[in-house]
Amino acid sequence: MAVYVIRRLLVNALVFLLISVGIFVLVRAAPGDPVRMMVDPEQMRGGGAAFIEAKRHELGLDRSVVVQYGHWLKGALHGDFGSSYVGHRPVSAVLGERVGPTLQLMGAALAIALVVSVALGVAAAVRRNTAVDYGATVLGLAAVSVPPFFLGIVGIYLFSLKWGVLPSAGMTTPGGGGPADQLRHLILPGLILAFVTAGPFTRYVRGGLVDELGADYVRTAEAKGASRARVVLRHALRNSLIPLITVVMYQIPQMLAGAVVIEQVFAWPGMGQLAVSSIEQHDYPVIVGFALYVAILVLLCNLIADVLYAVVDPRVSLR
Amino acid sequence: MTTMKVPPQKAPAVSASPRARAVRRFRRNRLAVAGSAVLAAVVLVSLLAPWIAGHPNAVDLDAVRQGPSGAHWFGTDTSGRDIFARTLHAGRVSLLVGLAAALGAVIVGTLFGAVSGLFGGVVDNVIMRIADIVMSFPTVVVILVLAGIVGPSVTVLIVAIGLTQWPVAGRVVRGVTLSLRDREYIQAAEASGANPWWLIRKHIVPAALAPVTVTGTLAVAQAIMLETTASFLGLGVRPPQASWGNMLNDAQNLTLIQTMPWLWIPPGIAIAVTVLAVNFVGDGLRDAVTPGGRT
Repeated sequence: MAVYVIRRLLVNALVFLLISVGIFVLVRAAPGDPVRMMVDPEQMRGGGAAFIEAKRHELGLDRSVVVQYGHWLKGALHGDFGSSYVGHRPVSAVLGERVGPTLQLMGAALAIALVVSVALGVAAAVRRNTAVDYGATVLGLAAVSVPPFFLGIVGIYLFSLKWGVLPSAGMTTPGGGGPADQLRHLILPGLILAFVTAGPFTRYVRGGLVDELGADYVRTAEAKGASRARVVLRHALRNSLIPLITVVMYQIPQMLAGAVVIEQVFAWPGMGQLAVSSIEQHDYPVIVGFALYVAILVLLCNLIADVLYAVVDPRVSLR
Repeated sequence: MTTMKVPPQKAPAVSASPRARAVRRFRRNRLAVAGSAVLAAVVLVSLLAPWIAGHPNAVDLDAVRQGPSGAHWFGTDTSGRDIFARTLHAGRVSLLVGLAAALGAVIVGTLFGAVSGLFGGVVDNVIMRIADIVMSFPTVVVILVLAGIVGPSVTVLIVAIGLTQWPVAGRVVRGVTLSLRDREYIQAAEASGANPWWLIRKHIVPAALAPVTVTGTLAVAQAIMLETTASFLGLGVRPPQASWGNMLNDAQNLTLIQTMPWLWIPPGIAIAVTVLAVNFVGDGLRDAVTPGGRT
């Protein structure tokens, strides 16, 4: 077990290095001059060219790509990802203050999605091939077919503009608002992200439970007189939820992609919104920081998924 | 071809070919049949867009910001462009990106999957490990970073989606290849000197065609969704070319959302209907070609 984890960690470190090289080369080969983007047109008057050269030197952009990468990697390993071209603040600080809002959005959505999908998945599996089952299937497909940004606009139109019951943007009302106000801001984006996430989960819960309900031990339990509810909830559901743990871990990075879109619609001050605005402003250090953050998240989630799977299911042995 | 009419034969239930059985199962699936019909309509309307509707960028200055009317069925936008024409033309882009990206993903996946299954060992390990990692990366983020750095374009979209969606087909084809490797006819072919390329072309691809069609169809739905998402974020199809995603992006402003709902309802519904139809067809195909059908 320990050997397995260590080996996977080493492999992940190597993959991470490869990804970082890829991103770095891509960024440096990109069109669009960050120095020109950040310089105030006022400063360009007169000695513009000399000023740009000086700025380029200051940022280390005049040295070779290899030197730049080495320099940057050394910094990155010490938690220093450079400074944002736009705000001139450290990337780690710029990203850091955006992590909280995104985690809040994703956490709320994940909790709602799990509750809904387990309930719906169990109902669909128990009442197989009935209206409930087909309804769950259609709903699951709708969740991956209706774009979340469209749902967001519909939500804003109905709940914020037409009926005026929920806020349309941000995490709090500017200048005021307690926990209740924050909760109201979370409802629309949280529910939409939950809907998108619950689609695949419901499918897995239903599929897993259908498989388990066909197992021998279920028949044994029923033969011994256990009630239907007990057989489903205590016996079959427990076993069918094991694969869901890995599915959830694999879905977390995908949820982040959903969060990027939803943050954009609802002006939610999270990492996704930061990433999109950084791209518009050619703020390369922040883009690279964001990409590396996602890479770490993905690799970590994969590792946790594999290890957890073995921990909760004694039949799986890790080598 | 003779002109003689062949009387419709009653298919004997016992000896129906797998294909005939799959077709029958697909036809019995109401959602899948409805999805096919809707999809056919969407494709037809998009292809015929230049003849059905006007030019997507034609500006009618006498009719700016107007609601749906006889002259402009879906109304006009803030610069007097016809929303009906833009919605129809946008469908061409979405379908093109969806098909091209899915085709790319399927081809790359088939090659990697077949090589992985045929060679086994280290090659298999490395390819499958890469597939795992690629699959767990959120594609939207990959498009975001790629489009953000290289600049947004339809080509970047197709390449990014193709590069991130291949592992699904790859795993399927690898599975098929592994199950074929022990078959006598494959061993006979190998013994007679068939090289891997021959095996892939003549034996693996035909055997994997059914399951790969399923993953390919679902990949089209995924690709359309990704294209519209990227375009919505301003990282996909660039204006003034119309795309369902960037039409929604144009409407993203509280005043426009409230006062001109005809700006964002048609493209939003178009995405949902198209992707849902493709997903229904893909689901129906999967149930139809899976032995035993829906569980």
